[in-house]
Amino acid sequence: MTSLDTQGDPVILEMRSITKEFPGVKALADVSLRVKAGEIHAICGENGAGKSTLMKVLSGVYPYGTYTGDIVYQAEVQQFKDIRASEHAGIVIIHQELALIPELSITENIFLGNEPVKRGVIDWAEARTRTRELLARVGLRENPDTPVKEIGVGKQQLVEIAKALSKSVKLLILDEPTAALNESDSQHLLDLMLGLKGRGITSIIISHKLNEIEQIADSITIIRDGKAIETLDVKADGVDEDRIIKGMVGRTLESRFPAHVPKIGEVLFEVKNWTVGHPQVQDRLVCKGSNFFVRRGEIVGFAGLMGAGRTELARSVFGRSYGRFITGSIYKNGKELQLKSVKQAIDAGLGYVTEDRKSLGLNLLDDIKTTTVSAALHKISRHFVVDANKEFTVAEQYRKSLRTKTPSVEEGVAKLSGGNQQKVVLAKWMFTDPDLLILDEPTRGIDVGAKYEIYGIIQQLANQGKAVIVISSELPELLGLSDRIYTIFEGAITGVVDKDEASQESLMKLMTSARKTA
Amino acid sequence: MNALKKLFGGNTRQFGMIFALVALIVFFQIATEGRTLTPGNVINLFNGNSYILILAIGMVLVIIAGHIDLSVGSVAAFVGVTVALAIRDWGIPWWAGILLGLGLGALIGVWQGFWTAYVGIPAFIVTLAGMLLFRGFNQFVGKSNTIPVPADFQYIGSGYLPEVGPNTGFNNLTLLLGLLGVAFVVFSELRARRTAKALGAEVPEGWVVVTKLVLICGAILYATYLFATGRPGTSFPIPGLILAVLVLIYGFISSKTVVGRHVYAVGGNRHAAELSGVQSKKVNFLVMMNMAILSGLAGMIFVGRSTASGPFDGVGWELDAIAAVFIGGAAVTGGVGTVIGSIVGGLVMAVLNNGLQLLGVGADLTQIIKGLVLLIAVAFDVYNKSQGKRSIIGMLTQSFNRPSGGTPLQPDEVTSTKETISRES
Repeated sequence: MTSLDTQGDPVILEMRSITKEFPGVKALADVSLRVKAGEIHAICGENGAGKSTLMKVLSGVYPYGTYTGDIVYQAEVQQFKDIRASEHAGIVIIHQELALIPELSITENIFLGNEPVKRGVIDWAEARTRTRELLARVGLRENPDTPVKEIGVGKQQLVEIAKALSKSVKLLILDEPTAALNESDSQHLLDLMLGLKGRGITSIIISHKLNEIEQIADSITIIRDGKAIETLDVKADGVDEDRIIKGMVGRTLESRFPAHVPKIGEVLFEVKNWTVGHPQVQDRLVCKGSNFFVRRGEIVGFAGLMGAGRTELARSVFGRSYGRFITGSIYKNGKELQLKSVKQAIDAGLGYVTEDRKSLGLNLLDDIKTTTVSAALHKISRHFVVDANKEFTVAEQYRKSLRTKTPSVEEGVAKLSGGNQQKVVLAKWMFTDPDLLILDEPTRGIDVGAKYEIYGIIQQLANQGKAVIVISSELPELLGLSDRIYTIFEGAITGVVDKDEASQESLMKLMTSARKTA
Repeated sequence: MNALKKLFGGNTRQFGMIFALVALIVFFQIATEGRTLTPGNVINLFNGNSYILILAIGMVLVIIAGHIDLSVGSVAAFVGVTVALAIRDWGIPWWAGILLGLGLGALIGVWQGFWTAYVGIPAFIVTLAGMLLFRGFNQFVGKSNTIPVPADFQYIGSGYLPEVGPNTGFNNLTLLLGLLGVAFVVFSELRARRTAKALGAEVPEGWVVVTKLVLICGAILYATYLFATGRPGTSFPIPGLILAVLVLIYGFISSKTVVGRHVYAVGGNRHAAELSGVQSKKVNFLVMMNMAILSGLAGMIFVGRSTASGPFDGVGWELDAIAAVFIGGAAVTGGVGTVIGSIVGGLVMAVLNNGLQLLGVGADLTQIIKGLVLLIAVAFDVYNKSQGKRSIIGMLTQSFNRPSGGTPLQPDEVTSTKETISRES
């Protein structure tokens, strides 16, 4: 079945000189990829480098004939005409955005489009039995009849993998599988991948989390600007994160964070005894009596696992845009603020950059200039009439100062890459001229080069005397960026650590225990 | 072809709807042996469709905000009968009747806006209920009778601009209106060009602008000529004038004001809008209320035109208005659409209706053709969008303000797989 490569290892997949063009761009130029049977092969590259496009070519999303080059899978040249064809051959792709239907049960989701049938009727008993087996294989203890919407993202990811297993997968492709997962769920997933490897399933993983790749991958192919730059053997080449980054950006990053000398002033914002209830569930609290403050010019980090209540805390402070307000007060310069709506919060000098850019942060139908001014329309309008010239000028200013890569500010935001979209969102909030800017996962889904620039912007804002809060799941990011870090666990603030005393280990301890130290 | 592309800044296909309208007019002009573009017929066309076009103005805002309004016909009928009764039984003057009608429309708007915006019931349900409710009110209040209105009230539905000044062989006020229109178009185009240049944005070449202006002004002047040379006593109709004023006002509100921006923002992504400080409930309330007021106005114009209010006024108007909006490039999912586009969409339907009537095509066939036109127009638009271009009318109206080309969407890892797949297929 499988061919052998030069060293005598069996090769399950070889993509030869794949070139894929879209009108006006060459997304992939002569990319070759060779995956050995039974290995975990990572594909790394900045956003827009062509990783996802390559995987779409492989899985038949872009059918045979729309690209040039050969896909040799199990020693045969394949001509997949759609996803079904590639799945039939045992190639299953799990996309970054999960393709599960929330209202359906785990069983129904796993067998969707592939239902076991007895005499023309779906055999649910059979489906349930097989679901139980599959769930056991992925280490998920859930009732097969539970609707998918009732289990967390981490478990949903496992359901996706179980679904892939149900199709007798030979080559599993995971596109950013841990992007939405917390540390423990991520770890579970990575362990599972290693387990699948033990059973002879080959995996291709696309991820921005280089530490994970370092941990599980056997080989790494680096793609840059639509070209395959190199393939590294993790063990033989002694690959580490810096080595991967070097390949991805084409140069060594001296530091992943710009140099920064904080200029910290007096306390600007203070939140006391902040308690908020869950919007739907009556007795559940998402914030439990939190106290924190931010000083002028200070970057404060909020560390916590996903679901710990970081976003809930930020959004409830930002004009009560989440949950049921129970108690708490907000002070600015020692004076209490009444923030009952987002508008009041913005007027009082707060800004909030959402973690989910596409569904909460941007109107993807808008262009750059409309987005830039959308939170501060009053600043460019007179008598409620928008001054189109001022709008253009303002947007142009931010385009230049933040170095947003776009042909013009009249371009639609949907066409920008993640990093540039984030710059537009930052411009939007910078234009409201906030005193306190809360950034929720500001670099999620953004490539390494753009991250560096975003960090620079954040530091610059702090240096202008603004108070900045950064919420992040990536501890190295918080450690590199913040002056002080609060930890959150299950809705409560469990500690606060100064930059110099913080380490990943000490933070992790605080993020996973209810011990109250602050 | 290249010249055309330059002329319209981008892709000629994006101007399909305008071309379709022009082609339709030319076709009927030939097919009816010149009976389409006569003063009498054009006046008739405007008079007979102005109320639908007025509804389309309100409807496009509702649809941009992500809702729909099925009650407009019933609301129009209810307002119409109430005003007719008030004038007949209480003897109030015509202007008080109009104020009463607008006030009643606003009240109905408050009702529907309350349920939609503040209780959170989908507008489809609220206005479906409203459709039954206000139809019932119309027949209850009017006892299913026909109620005539006096001549001075009829003026808003069937009046014309009066004859003033020296005898020029034309209607002087219509002429003046046409010239003002030309001046306005030329002035605003040149001003937009000047500011764009000053800001360093890309501007089209001189000849492009000149050709465009010549075409638009030619169309305006020709229409002016038709309206000004009708049979004695006729000229530019009052409903047309009301419509023109509303188009200007709402076109301005939707594209240039803060409120307009907020409507698009709420329809495009409500969560993002709310987190930017937009009070989405207020916006939803306003668009629903505005729709009801315009429905009331449309109802009164119709009563004025048909000289009486009846129990079946406004039946099916909602569908005509919605069709006009979608032909005009709006998206069912909200966030997309323009006032001008909806008017063009409405005119396509109106010309089609009128032309088929002149040709003696029966009502059955007319409906079949109209249904197909709606489907094809939207299918064409969906196809274009799947190719990564903006909607036809969206592009069209934008190009009045700024030059922008329809560059195809480029694949990136930001757009979700599903979008990419649908774009490709």
